[in-house]
Amino acid sequence: MEATIPVLILAIPLFMFLLLGLLGNKMSHKLAGILGTAGMGVTLVLAYITAFTYFFSGSADFISETGQRLQYVVFNVDWLQFYENLVIRLGFLLDPISALLLVVITTISFMVHLYSNGYMRDHHGVWEKGFQRFYAFLSLFSFSMLGLVVATNIFQMYIFWELVGASSYLLIGFYYTKPSAVSASKKAFIVTRFADLGFLIGILVLSYYTGTFNFTDLTSVPAGENIYSISLTTSEHIKNVFAGSAAPMFMGASVLTWALVLIFMGGMGKSAMMPLHIWLPDAMEGPTPVSALIHAATMVVAGVYLVARLFPLYLMEEASLNIITVVGAITALYAAMVACTQVDIKRVLAFSTISQIAFMMVSLGVARPEFHEGLGYMASMFHLFTHAMFKALLFLGAGALIHAIGSNDYTDMHGLRKYMPVTHITFLIGCLAIAGIIPFSGFFSKDEILSSCLGNGWVAYIWMSFVAGLTAFYMFRLYYLIFWWKEHKVREGHHAPHDQPWTMTVPLVILAAVSVVAGFVPFGNLVSWNGEPYDFMAHFDWNVAAVSLLVAVLAIALATKMYIKENPLPAKMKNALPNLWRWCHHRFYWDELYIFITHKIIFGCVSRPIAWFDRHIIDGTMDGFAYITNKASYAIRGLQSGNIQMYVWVYLIGALLLGTIAAVCLI
Amino acid sequence: MFSNILIYFVVIPLLMLAGLALCRNIKQIRTVAVVGSLALTGLSVYLLMDYLALRAAGETAQMLYTDSWSWFAPLNINLSVGVDGISVAMLLLSSIILLTGSFASWKIDQPKEFFLWLVLLSTGVFGFFISIDLFTMFMFYEVALIPMYLLIGVWGSGNKNYSAMKLTLMLMGGSAFLMLGLIGIYYHSAPEGGQLTWNILEIAQNNSIEKGWQYFLFPMTFVGFGVLGAMFPFHTWSPDGHASAPTAVSMLHAGVLMKLGGYGCFRVAIYLMPTAANDLAWIFLILTGISVVYGAFSACVQTDLKYINAYSSVSHCGLVLFAILMLNTTAMTGAIMQMLSHGLMTALFFALIGMIYGRTHTRDIRMMGGLMKIMPFLAVCYVIAGMASLGLPGLSGFVAEMTIFVGSFEQGMADYLNGTGSLRLVFTIIACCSIVITAVYILRVVGKLLLGPVQDEHHLQLTDATWWERTSTVTLILCVAAIGCFPNFFADLIKFTFSPEIFTVLGMN
Repeated sequence: MEATIPVLILAIPLFMFLLLGLLGNKMSHKLAGILGTAGMGVTLVLAYITAFTYFFSGSADFISETGQRLQYVVFNVDWLQFYENLVIRLGFLLDPISALLLVVITTISFMVHLYSNGYMRDHHGVWEKGFQRFYAFLSLFSFSMLGLVVATNIFQMYIFWELVGASSYLLIGFYYTKPSAVSASKKAFIVTRFADLGFLIGILVLSYYTGTFNFTDLTSVPAGENIYSISLTTSEHIKNVFAGSAAPMFMGASVLTWALVLIFMGGMGKSAMMPLHIWLPDAMEGPTPVSALIHAATMVVAGVYLVARLFPLYLMEEASLNIITVVGAITALYAAMVACTQVDIKRVLAFSTISQIAFMMVSLGVARPEFHEGLGYMASMFHLFTHAMFKALLFLGAGALIHAIGSNDYTDMHGLRKYMPVTHITFLIGCLAIAGIIPFSGFFSKDEILSSCLGNGWVAYIWMSFVAGLTAFYMFRLYYLIFWWKEHKVREGHHAPHDQPWTMTVPLVILAAVSVVAGFVPFGNLVSWNGEPYDFMAHFDWNVAAVSLLVAVLAIALATKMYIKENPLPAKMKNALPNLWRWCHHRFYWDELYIFITHKIIFGCVSRPIAWFDRHIIDGTMDGFAYITNKASYAIRGLQSGNIQMYVWVYLIGALLLGTIAAVCLI
Repeated sequence: MFSNILIYFVVIPLLMLAGLALCRNIKQIRTVAVVGSLALTGLSVYLLMDYLALRAAGETAQMLYTDSWSWFAPLNINLSVGVDGISVAMLLLSSIILLTGSFASWKIDQPKEFFLWLVLLSTGVFGFFISIDLFTMFMFYEVALIPMYLLIGVWGSGNKNYSAMKLTLMLMGGSAFLMLGLIGIYYHSAPEGGQLTWNILEIAQNNSIEKGWQYFLFPMTFVGFGVLGAMFPFHTWSPDGHASAPTAVSMLHAGVLMKLGGYGCFRVAIYLMPTAANDLAWIFLILTGISVVYGAFSACVQTDLKYINAYSSVSHCGLVLFAILMLNTTAMTGAIMQMLSHGLMTALFFALIGMIYGRTHTRDIRMMGGLMKIMPFLAVCYVIAGMASLGLPGLSGFVAEMTIFVGSFEQGMADYLNGTGSLRLVFTIIACCSIVITAVYILRVVGKLLLGPVQDEHHLQLTDATWWERTSTVTLILCVAAIGCFPNFFADLIKFTFSPEIFTVLGMN
């Protein structure tokens, strides 16, 4: 494959970032918007061509004779060499999941670029201040995210991982005069940075033992061989490091487990798994299109992508997969419970995102080659794809509502279905998709996840089914509270809320259409854990499907009963379980805990004492030396008085003393 | 005129001094300063190209352009010069900082005297980096230190007399140790009956310092240079000194002078006394490891911009010495990259702080806010500097830190698995934690100073950067980005020196 198109996929967004970042102020708002959108449009086309070529061209580079999809490195440039074979390279890796992510990222990014042309101006058509900057940052983000998914080695991934973190920081803090946005961006950066520390140490451990950063060396699955004979590295010395009884151990676990768990910690930060989830709800301070792009569809699934990328390694250590399952399951339930009680519609969606990403994580955690040939892996990637579409749709819909109403709370909305019909229908489609109603896309992907949970055991299956029910419930709660419930106030005339300009409507309609049909994509043929084509229907469990459909319908029915019209049922529920409600409403007080740790412990008990110690003890000692020297010189200054008589006296006394000593010694 | 290109690094500053002495008005002074430092920058770039060409042509000597002129024959003192990749990189760094520093002091009071001292200081710096004779090296080192006293004492701000005195006395204290160490090295520089020498290359070749003496002389020289490298607990001159110094002096001091410390540590202490370096490294590893996190934590609660940056320098320079003590090719390469990175980045920080202070007349972050709205250019530069400092890929901090961490981890694991102790491993992980703490204090400052609502109504009248300020900051940013985007170029330049054939200590592990 020629390297031209892959290079352009990365180069165009980077160029747009530099162009709009440096010259944005010199050009009109409109031109900046058109340039940014057009740049992304070209990238979209190129990414589609690349993905299409990869999946369907049948070239021997991409697919073996037995039909197994292969990893293909388009180009790889040395960037920083540490040792002979430990080199950071910048390259472009094509395999099923990177091709999939190329499609997802460019699609959502293009929709968001288009949508923002309408969203970032008010009802009178006045452009948001810093519009050009907004598009520059969007381009930077797209560049970093694309670089992340096509990484050929884990260090390249880390590099772009940091860059997406920084662009997320810049975009969350886009309204930089707003203190809440500033602190939210800071929080997002620092929490994910903390997680990245684990990622970094994990990389260091892994690369020390394997002697390589390359994904192809770390995880290639040789065709037709036993699944456990993963070739870790080309070096003979390290080849058997992790296999057998000689595997290096550290504190009771194998080193590989440690490395993988530490790397997963990085994924927990970006993908907002408990307890590192706290930054994501606050990140909603950013403009809504940003939330759709970064904090729903693309960046937050980077953690899932990371685990999927290293999946053959994770398979070697059962323990690390179990940890992922447990973390995912707890997060899924927690976020779903919290989502049931939030007032801010973006926060409901944020917690919903956390919960859905946890679904993907659980799915990876329970995936085993021996159960349905690794269904969980495929299901996770499938859900990543469908979730990106319907969650971006929901966020963009929420953006349209916020744009029309000027508030984030559903209490200011209620009964909007008549005023904003397009938004209403597309939002409903999103809700049906996420709730898992046949034939919307979420049904298929969620059903596969639940099927693969069954492989892990009944507990996992029932747990995740319950969360799926909660998902349907809170989404329809949100839907009814926005579009039904009651007529909030009289909305008439010019100021009545209305549907949006075409730049905002088109993305909504396209994403809604995709959300409807995405479930029918023959996904198993494209993505599977070992590249073998996967017969999806052969593993489809109709019992599971029936149960999950039933759960979803029941949950929607409950939500309808409670929220379609104004009634006292919700209040009754709240009073029946006051403590549960309060804990959910306050997100189980995680934010308070973090504030306590950072302010009281880190600042109060570490930083301040250290600063005091430095100024008073260390510096005090230095000043003390100076003081003593000063005093000492004052004390002996009298000896140098210039007074001849005194010198004579001292001389005489000294001579006398010496004479006496000499006399004593002689005697 | 001179056969050796390196001599020009001392001749040009001396010519600048003469030129400045003849200047009559500010315009002439600026011309001399800018033309001179441009000439030095051009010369460093030429030297870099020439050096790479020579290496590409297969030149394998450790030092190139070596030359020697006798100065005081009875004690065998020579003016010996020679450079390797590291010195070339340091010369380039120094000349860029001098250039940008000249632009940053466009409007200084008493310009003639100021630039005279500043250029004298630079003479010392350039002389230090080209010398391979311990005596001349020490002489140039002192030439670089003394003008600092006057520059801070006269052009400084705040509690300047105290700070100038403290800085000078502490550094002089370090010099005293250093001088003892150097004289000790001289008297053991040759085997019994051999000709004693100050020349680094000859001393290394003779390798005749006994183990017992190495144990004594290594700490002397390491601490002597370590004081200038802001090693805990000898770092307290740095916050006060930087806070009081005028902009260009802070830039030059943090950007270049602190590098003299790190440079001396590996060029003299470790290179000449490998046995002691190998055996005693653990003591200084602990101290520098502490520096890294200690400086970062202290920076978290400071309110004065310059104090924040000074403590941040303690942390970053601590990482330099820390990596040097890993005695591992990769980590040491990372240390030099960190020296370059920190030099440029911190000069950028101090330049920006000076420019902000010149407008708002306060450095207290509680008194300022929302500057992004008032002076977007300076604010954006500040954010970029901050991003470089917290290790954003694409800027210089990232590549340097990652090289250090990979090398240190390698060494730490090797030690751990050999059973030689887990100290290196533990401290590597502690040092890694600094990437989080750095993010905390950088974002705290960015959030308070640049973002948020405008704190002080009077600030709304302030103007953005002038052309000379833009020149200064943009040059530095371009350099920071160049290292961050093309790290392999610099790594290759540096790596050559850290081979076990040259640094025998590297073969000991």
